[in-house]
Amino acid sequence: MAKKHDLTRLGLLLGALLFSGCATSIDANPKDPWEPMNRQVFKINDSVDKAVVKPVAVAYKDYTPDLAQKGINNFFGNLRDVWSTVNSALQLKPTQTVEMTGRVIVNTTVGVLGFIDVATPLKLEKHKEDFGKTLGYWGMPSGPYLVLPFFGPSTLRDASGFVVDAKLNPTYHDITNVPLRNTLYVINAIDIRKGLLSVEDSLNAIAFDNYSFIRDAYLQRRLYEIYDGNPPDTEDSE
Amino acid sequence: MKAWKMKLVAFLKLTLRPLLVSSIGAFIGVLALSFSLSANAGDEAPDEFIKRLSTELQELVKNDPSLKAGDLQRTSAVVDARIMPHLNFQRMTASAVGPAWRSATPEQQTKLSTEFKTLLIRTYAGALSQVTDLTINVKPLRGSPDDKEVLVRSEIKGKGEPIELDYRLEKTPGNGSGWKIYNLNVLGVWLVETYRSQFSQEINAKGIDGLIATLVERNKTNAKK
Repeated sequence: MAKKHDLTRLGLLLGALLFSGCATSIDANPKDPWEPMNRQVFKINDSVDKAVVKPVAVAYKDYTPDLAQKGINNFFGNLRDVWSTVNSALQLKPTQTVEMTGRVIVNTTVGVLGFIDVATPLKLEKHKEDFGKTLGYWGMPSGPYLVLPFFGPSTLRDASGFVVDAKLNPTYHDITNVPLRNTLYVINAIDIRKGLLSVEDSLNAIAFDNYSFIRDAYLQRRLYEIYDGNPPDTEDSE
Repeated sequence: MKAWKMKLVAFLKLTLRPLLVSSIGAFIGVLALSFSLSANAGDEAPDEFIKRLSTELQELVKNDPSLKAGDLQRTSAVVDARIMPHLNFQRMTASAVGPAWRSATPEQQTKLSTEFKTLLIRTYAGALSQVTDLTINVKPLRGSPDDKEVLVRSEIKGKGEPIELDYRLEKTPGNGSGWKIYNLNVLGVWLVETYRSQFSQEINAKGIDGLIATLVERNKTNAKK
């Protein structure tokens, strides 16, 4: 039932995207044909963030004991690591897959369900992977830039990856208690937003236009990640 | 700690710091001399150069409380003295401004360069104050040693996840004169390219003088924070 509903929503979203694809402005960035719509969504996200998400994240940062914040961050980090491990395997990275498996096992057991990160001091390094990256690894082009409602910067490819991330990530999938699962989603979101608070200040100092700055940084960063730090050289010097 | 002890420590720090800075200066002087003497044979490899520059900066910040505190004036002075000589800042600005650079008058170019530098210093002053707690790991160089332009990759490890920091360097003409940085990549994002697209929006809308005005304005707002 729930799945069907999600699919309908996705269909509507894609439909809206294709439709708005007709309305491109003249001096558009070729990677961002849906800029007018994206800017709208960006604006809405920004006001939702200012009104609700950011204040909550700030309060969380200011009024929760540091140790608790660290523990919660580790806990969700460990859950994300599980899915990153699966994606490391899908991207045929044997060493990384072994390392990440070790991380998850050590942190889940010795680290008490992931609340303590004992793996990092043991040199089991964290590698973040997601299904969008896996698709990119197998050669799927990123497609147009896309700002998702609430979740922010993405591309057509990364958004499809994101749906798979949300649906197939075994850690969340197995929780049948809906209130518990929703609580986990919310805390996870606050934890992620808290991590972005410090970035935000420098963003406001650097960017003239936050929208295009975030877009360009996101697209470059994803390309860099997919090529593991060696993207094809696109730099046109001078 | 007793009050007099604290005073003593503060006094020692105050007197020893200039001594330390000047001795580092002397050390670098000797280093530079030995490089220029060894000329062709002893050219420093670009990854070695980045490693040395990073370590020097770390030491400098470690021993300077006002740098650690992110003091802007002191940071600007250090950037001018210690970082700017290693950058081809003209190339960075030209590249960030894009095609419009060539049509800009020399005065406009100077103005752009100064304001761009201020913008960068304000942006990265905070980062500089935190370098002492970090481990900098420069990756082995790939490519041929005869390359005129190279990419040096490094990884910075602190409390959180490692941060990728890559540099593009050009060989300076002449023998044994070393390398200059002309672009910087933080977490996969090239600095010059990112500014270029921000700047081009301004130039398209308001021209070169418009960009200069926006930069001046932005630097003023940032200074108030």
